Amino acid sequence: MEFLLALVTGLLYAAGLYMMLRRSLVKLIIGLILIGNGANMLIFLLGRITKGLPPIIPEESKVFLEPYADPVPQALILTAIVISFGLQSFAIVLIKRAYKVVKTDDLDQMNSTDEYS
Amino acid sequence: MINHIVLYPILVQLFFAIVLLFAWNSVRLQKSISIFGCIVSLALSIWLFITIWTKGTLTIQAGNWEAPFGITFVADIFAATLVLLTAISGLAVSIFSAGTILRARFKFGYLPIFHFLLLGLNGAFLTGDIFNLYVWFEIIIISSFVLITIGGEKKQLEGAIKYFTLNILASMIFLTAIAVLYGLTGSLNMADLALKVAEIENRGLVEITALLFLIGFGIKAAIFPLYFWLPASYHTPPPAVMAIFGGLLTKVGVYALIRVFTLIFVGEDFLETIILSIAGLTLFSGAVGALVQNNIVKIFSYLIICHIGFMILGLGLYTEAAIAGAVFYLIHDIVVKTNLFMVSGLIYRIKGTFSMRDLGGLYAHYPMFSLLMIIPLFSLIGIPPLSGFWPKLALITESFKIGNYWLIGAVLFATFITLFVIARMWSEVFWKDGPVLNKVPNFRYFQLLNKRQKLQMIVPMVFLAMVSLYIGFGAEHIQRLSSRIAVELMNNQLYIEAVLNK
Repeated sequence: MEFLLALVTGLLYAAGLYMMLRRSLVKLIIGLILIGNGANMLIFLLGRITKGLPPIIPEESKVFLEPYADPVPQALILTAIVISFGLQSFAIVLIKRAYKVVKTDDLDQMNSTDEYS
Repeated sequence: MINHIVLYPILVQLFFAIVLLFAWNSVRLQKSISIFGCIVSLALSIWLFITIWTKGTLTIQAGNWEAPFGITFVADIFAATLVLLTAISGLAVSIFSAGTILRARFKFGYLPIFHFLLLGLNGAFLTGDIFNLYVWFEIIIISSFVLITIGGEKKQLEGAIKYFTLNILASMIFLTAIAVLYGLTGSLNMADLALKVAEIENRGLVEITALLFLIGFGIKAAIFPLYFWLPASYHTPPPAVMAIFGGLLTKVGVYALIRVFTLIFVGEDFLETIILSIAGLTLFSGAVGALVQNNIVKIFSYLIICHIGFMILGLGLYTEAAIAGAVFYLIHDIVVKTNLFMVSGLIYRIKGTFSMRDLGGLYAHYPMFSLLMIIPLFSLIGIPPLSGFWPKLALITESFKIGNYWLIGAVLFATFITLFVIARMWSEVFWKDGPVLNKVPNFRYFQLLNKRQKLQMIVPMVFLAMVSLYIGFGAEHIQRLSSRIAVELMNNQLYIEAVLNK
């Protein structure tokens, strides 16, 4: 399972970076989304994967007796998902506005801010 | 419970941001609430600062979960100083916005977002939890996205796309770094991380994690070679927005770098070499960039990058005096850069252009304003006894001690180019007889503003110039403050003890 998740994480990062390096605005956003998902998978993976052992202490003891699933990474992922959802919705609206105003989705042509003036 | 005051600077900004949302329809009411809110925030920050100065570091555990399990808020003297500076810049920019921002932008919620930005900044300075720091960073960037795009001009949207992409990428790298760090240590509390990271045997992994943090914060702080988004986007929004961005946003990246590399990742020679080379190259490339520009706002943007180099240099040298120099520079830079962009805003209002070629004759027509503008400009260069001089002295002395003459060369080069650029700007903008400009129709020239708006532009500049002069002439006090900060930063045991009660 770890191996599979590591592979998926790597793929998501690679695909995200590749998409970000393209010139199209839409691909840029898709790249950002993929990298965000990759980061979430990485947190999940590095929080150690445990199957079927919720972090609940049995009634008769006061401490955990066996390894348990760490709830913290899941809380982190949840927070990160919510944040990236907000950012991505903003991004999509932004590229739509930018496309309407600048009339191109080619990043190479969005260079008026770098011109000498 | 005196510890509660740690949270007040955060809560007060949240409170006023929400109150402003209720005053959505009345721009005039919003302006008054915002300025009042900033004054309250300044008062609370001063209170917090004085308490920390006399009593030492205060911490508060969210929900009373003992550290390292809950989220901790830590107000050490470094954080308290930066919160105070945020409040000072925030007040100045709030007044300046009231006089310069167009009504249409206020209608789309400029002021609530501005207060959310200040909320994020205060949170980032006060948190003691690395994931919580990520969340505050996200609050900062989402507010800054709205501020940079509000108004929707073509150049704004183009600049926003570059700003947006690189900042989200930086956040993702930061998140990746947190994930790896959590995998290594199983903790998120920064004090606890400091203890656990020191015990890890596989130093290679620690170094890679540290590099991820360096890149993530480096993009936000605009260090070489990650700064290209800054000159492409900072000149696009209105001057009031530029002022808060230039003054505080890159500095929060520098704050995070200083915090992480003095608390968690300490004593790695490999990192020190990298940070020092980055500092030298940042100084060099920022200075050269400023040299060739004609637009005054772009010059200031490159000077931001150039002067980030001084702070990174202090961090890289990693001695008590050098860190004190970096912190002193940080204090000076926040005030001066905020003021500089307001200066450019005033020049723009008077003349209707940012281009040095078209500007001119300001000294002949506005001698008093010119004298007001000379204070931030000369503080920036560091002409003694103004504020930029003292930290540079400390940095050069410390570079001499380790015998790295390249670094001294870089510092002197950057200072000299700053002097050259500002001198050229002075002669082009203030002394030269400018060409007669065509009047832009429907442009609110400074002469056409009413008295209240004029005051709203001038008062914050005078206020910040006063603070700048105090930093320069009262350098003894600031030096004592930054030395104390440096002592606390260099002995991270103090921070750890304060948080974990050991």
